[in-house]
Amino acid sequence: MAVDTPSQSMAKAAGDVARGRSRGTGPKRRAPKRSLATHWYAWAMVAPVVIVITVIIGYPLVRGIYLSLTDATERNVARTIGVNEIPASYEFVGLDNYKDALTGSQFLSTLGWTVVWTVSCVAITFALGLVFANILNRKFAGRSVYRMLLILPWAIPGFVSVFAWRFLYDERRGMLNQILTGAGLDGVPWLNDPTWAKFAVIAVNVWLGVPFMMVALLGGLQSIPGELYEAAEMDGASAWQRFRHITMPGLRSVSTTVILLSTIWTFNMFPVIFLLTGGGPGEATQILVTQAYKFSFEISPRDFAQSSTWGVLILVLLMIFAAIYQRVLRKQGEAW
Amino acid sequence: MRRGIAATALVAALGVTLAACGGSDSGSDGGSKSSGELSGTVTWWDTSTVGSEDKVFKKLAEDFTKKHPKVTVKYVNVPFGEAQNKFKNAAQSGSGAPDVIRSEVAWTPEFADLGYLAPLDGTAALKDQGDFLEQAAASTKYNGKTYAVPQVIDSMGVFYNKKIFKEAGVEVPKNIAELKTVSATIKEKTGKTGLYLRGDDPYWFLSFLYGEGGDLVDAENKTVTFDNEAGVKAFKTVKDLVDSKAAITDATNGWDNMQAAFKDGKVAMMINGPWAVADTYAGKEFADKANLGIAPVPAGSAGQGAPQGGHNLAVYAGSKNLDASYAFAEYMTSAESQATIAQQLSLLPTRQSAYLQKDVAKSEMIGFFKPVVDKAVERPWIPEGGSLFEPVKVEYTKVLTGQTTPEQGAKAVGDAYRKLLKDWK
Repeated sequence: MAVDTPSQSMAKAAGDVARGRSRGTGPKRRAPKRSLATHWYAWAMVAPVVIVITVIIGYPLVRGIYLSLTDATERNVARTIGVNEIPASYEFVGLDNYKDALTGSQFLSTLGWTVVWTVSCVAITFALGLVFANILNRKFAGRSVYRMLLILPWAIPGFVSVFAWRFLYDERRGMLNQILTGAGLDGVPWLNDPTWAKFAVIAVNVWLGVPFMMVALLGGLQSIPGELYEAAEMDGASAWQRFRHITMPGLRSVSTTVILLSTIWTFNMFPVIFLLTGGGPGEATQILVTQAYKFSFEISPRDFAQSSTWGVLILVLLMIFAAIYQRVLRKQGEAW
Repeated sequence: MRRGIAATALVAALGVTLAACGGSDSGSDGGSKSSGELSGTVTWWDTSTVGSEDKVFKKLAEDFTKKHPKVTVKYVNVPFGEAQNKFKNAAQSGSGAPDVIRSEVAWTPEFADLGYLAPLDGTAALKDQGDFLEQAAASTKYNGKTYAVPQVIDSMGVFYNKKIFKEAGVEVPKNIAELKTVSATIKEKTGKTGLYLRGDDPYWFLSFLYGEGGDLVDAENKTVTFDNEAGVKAFKTVKDLVDSKAAITDATNGWDNMQAAFKDGKVAMMINGPWAVADTYAGKEFADKANLGIAPVPAGSAGQGAPQGGHNLAVYAGSKNLDASYAFAEYMTSAESQATIAQQLSLLPTRQSAYLQKDVAKSEMIGFFKPVVDKAVERPWIPEGGSLFEPVKVEYTKVLTGQTTPEQGAKAVGDAYRKLLKDWK
């Protein structure tokens, strides 16, 4: 905007002053009282956010960690039914739940499949997203139509597309098998065979995830200056060399971010697994979050303690992943 | 990085939060009886099949207001598969729970044990208790008190498509061996599959287990019996039916696929209960109702048996309108109401007097199912009764899809039971 209204410039000035002061006071911090007096409006501004975050993230998180250290189930938590008040009778059991989870086979085998699921989904999604982004990053007729079509899976609510896929995959009535049998081939037990079911859930998640990758990478591609390509062409670089030495480094900052986000999302991709196979057949496609949900909502008596334990372990695993990822990037000279 | 940690924490926190949330909207209006007349709102959660049974139940429930004009009945249909968990969520958080729930027989002791149900002894809900079939009343008792009123009782039988059987020139199979040969003949002569075996719900597996002389548990002797020889044999039987192509099955969406396959005449038989009759008659193969035949479940190597099931009406202990709820539960289980349901939906009454009514006595489905119910295998009415199915469901599907052997599957179920039922053998 070219013209500052008085109020805007005043706010700007105030912001500058505030920033200047807090920075300019050297290593010693000001007394909190003084800082509160000076910056009370800043605190007042962030207060709603802080309160909301404490309530909707902080409390459940602390409560979840606490429950994971107890033996709480449906039968021993406090509940009030009409006039009856049943007090809580669960006990603190220390790290027993963690010991059980980490020494038992269920957590580790579920983790194994979750890792396979995450790595294959992210890798395939990224590769396809990169291909589509490169295709769409040039001028050709109907480009905007293609872009819109490719964005479509993202625009549809996730559960709607998952249900659509469930109908497509149905072994006897589904469209995919009708096409196959129409072509004289045998139908495929998409969701009834453990291996095919794994393939099926990955395929749906890739379908859902490609648009995001494509849009993010397309943005990255468009920020690479065209002069670089021109210069490389002058020097006689082949298409592959241009891709390898200009496109890839140029996309670096975008791709590191989207890979991290996509990994976290896929690791915890509840709806695709839950709605498509419910973790089945048997427990073949159960990932950590759907299994944690099952402990707390599907089995009876509901095992709140075990569910929270798995929840905390998921949190820890993702934090370790993020920390390692960051360290690797920093080593490669990426400030992030 | 900071954003990374925040995002990580947020996503994982949501995972943890799962354990701490629950509840839904809507509750019951407070109501009370002033000078003896009932008023207020009664919310009823029905679990009957949508599209066929629900209309009849809705109309019947709303007719309650004809007797008690000041009471409003709020009919809510909750899918059967979700009702147990939904009710537990609502009952525990204390908000959004219905006043009256149609509780499956195995859920009733569990809800009562958790303290969610109001004891009904001495209330208006129980009238003429001696009239109830003994088997039906058994599931409503817990720790010496009555927690529900029996609404319908059921068992299972083989539903078969008479036309396909005639075309193939076969008779209804009486045991598993015949089931296999009959299916093979049907396949050969008509190209159709013999049996739809429901593979995603262990309830449909019970008759095979009983046929081998097994059971989930022996409640009297506090012993887990699933992992003995009968359980292994039952798993082998169902696996063999699928492997030999005598039966088809699905690991997900079994109910819809089963009904669709049978109604469209793609399979000749299915094992099912009276709750499926109304829906089956809606299929194009059964426009002529006479085409639907029904027979006892095939016997196994050690006998023949089908599970006894049914539904009760239970009153939520936290209901704000207990008196009207009691009266509603009584009304819905009265002999007249049961006769209406029996006539229109072929569901079996729990009152002896209802069977004496002319229209009920004439019904072919009820005439078939009543002796089956009399002989049906009673399930253990223990609070964990509703928890016994989940371990079987996982292993049953694993066995059918070849992820585990019948021996390992039966053993895994037994281990899970011993973890669930402390100090059982």
